Amino acid sequence: MSARITWATALRVLTQLRRDPRTIALLLAVPPFLLTLLKGAYQQDPETFQHVAGPLVGLFPFSTMFVVTSITMLRERTTGTLERLMSLPLAKLDLLFGYGIAFAALAVVQASVTSAVAFGLLGLDVAGSTAAVVALAVGNALLGMSLGLFVSAFARTEFQAVQFMPAIVFPQLLLCGLFVARDQMAEVLQVISDTMPLTYAFEALNHVTTEGTLGPRGTLDVAVISGATVLLLALGAATLRRRTP
Amino acid sequence: MIEGRDLVVCRGGREVLHGIDFEVAAGRVTGLLGPSGCGKTTLMRAIVGVQIVAGGRIAVLDQPAGSRELRSRVGYVTQAPSVYGDLSVRENLRYFARVLGVGHERIDAAIETVALGEQADQVVSSLSGGQSARASLATALLGEPDVLVLDEPTVGLDPVLRRDLWATFRSLAAAGTTLLVSSHVMEEAEHCDELLLMRDGDLLAIESPDALRERTGQHDLDEAFLALIEEREGGGA
Repeated sequence: MSARITWATALRVLTQLRRDPRTIALLLAVPPFLLTLLKGAYQQDPETFQHVAGPLVGLFPFSTMFVVTSITMLRERTTGTLERLMSLPLAKLDLLFGYGIAFAALAVVQASVTSAVAFGLLGLDVAGSTAAVVALAVGNALLGMSLGLFVSAFARTEFQAVQFMPAIVFPQLLLCGLFVARDQMAEVLQVISDTMPLTYAFEALNHVTTEGTLGPRGTLDVAVISGATVLLLALGAATLRRRTP
Repeated sequence: MIEGRDLVVCRGGREVLHGIDFEVAAGRVTGLLGPSGCGKTTLMRAIVGVQIVAGGRIAVLDQPAGSRELRSRVGYVTQAPSVYGDLSVRENLRYFARVLGVGHERIDAAIETVALGEQADQVVSSLSGGQSARASLATALLGEPDVLVLDEPTVGLDPVLRRDLWATFRSLAAAGTTLLVSSHVMEEAEHCDELLLMRDGDLLAIESPDALRERTGQHDLDEAFLALIEEREGGGA
């Protein structure tokens, strides 16, 4: 591993993103837009809005970075740049960490903009600090990134990669407890949601937004998120092959 | 220098290289010629160490192909340009220069070698096919590798540029670089010191263009290649 190559990779990924201002605009504008819609939809039920929107601020980066990473990685694979990189003196971790730094930076901006709109304009009020929500959002972005990196190995085309969003992210959103409390779900669904990383991402955020701090349970959730991120990165690294058939 | 012994490669359940032996001499331009689909790219991938091989061995600069130490000493240019389409030529080169740990002066030198000075700040996806192929070639020149493996580098280029690139290859070889250059166009063989002639996953001959002409009695290299095939197949057609 080399700090020089890791930084070069992070800068390269950020330059690529900068070349695509429309994607950046969408990344930054869509979460506040969706929260505004949500606010309108829950006009008669502001309490539920408070309950749902708080954690949602920290969950957006997960799905965004999942899609962005899986497409970017798929492009590296299909355009031959990955094969070129694998024939150069670059460690797999240089590539993965480079991506991580770039997307974490993007997640900080995205979560900050979303928080500013949610807490500033939409009257969202949570028990914990905004900084804690943004910090968890960045952690979730890295989780989404590692998951995207890993599943990109199973997509041959960008159409397939895009379909992984409803296939892999939506079930986790539905079962994580955001829409229905997990103890009200059928037992089998609870067991399934126990195996899904987004469940822990939601619970950590929920502790911060309702109780003000992570507490011991929330800290455990953060540990699970970190562990899942590392595991997925390791699995993702295993899909980067120097030799291919 | 590159040395292969009894190299067997299978792709998609089919044997595509049938146990070939070859040597590529240092400081020379060796042409890898043969029709499309005969296994040229597979052989090159095996030499660079990105191809899973089923049998035999390849040594590059006395190291097993693909070993870690070779990664900064072997340059490889795939047939399809492998550069980032959403970055400019210079940004691509800057990234690969950082990965290789070479100085910024190498970037300008590489741009000059492939004659992309005017397009240096243009995004690669806006370049023509030939231009992006040259951008891809430039990234391989950055690290001044001891061995350069180039897969069809002159396809689709205009004649003047093709001549200039061959002159570049010659001067690189004169400076000690070992070049292996593939092509499916026999006239390109003219520019090479040595030829590896391939057909259907086998090597038909390893010899210089002049030796090939002399042996087959054909002046035209295309005809000479045909004569070689007929000779191998017992004068068939």
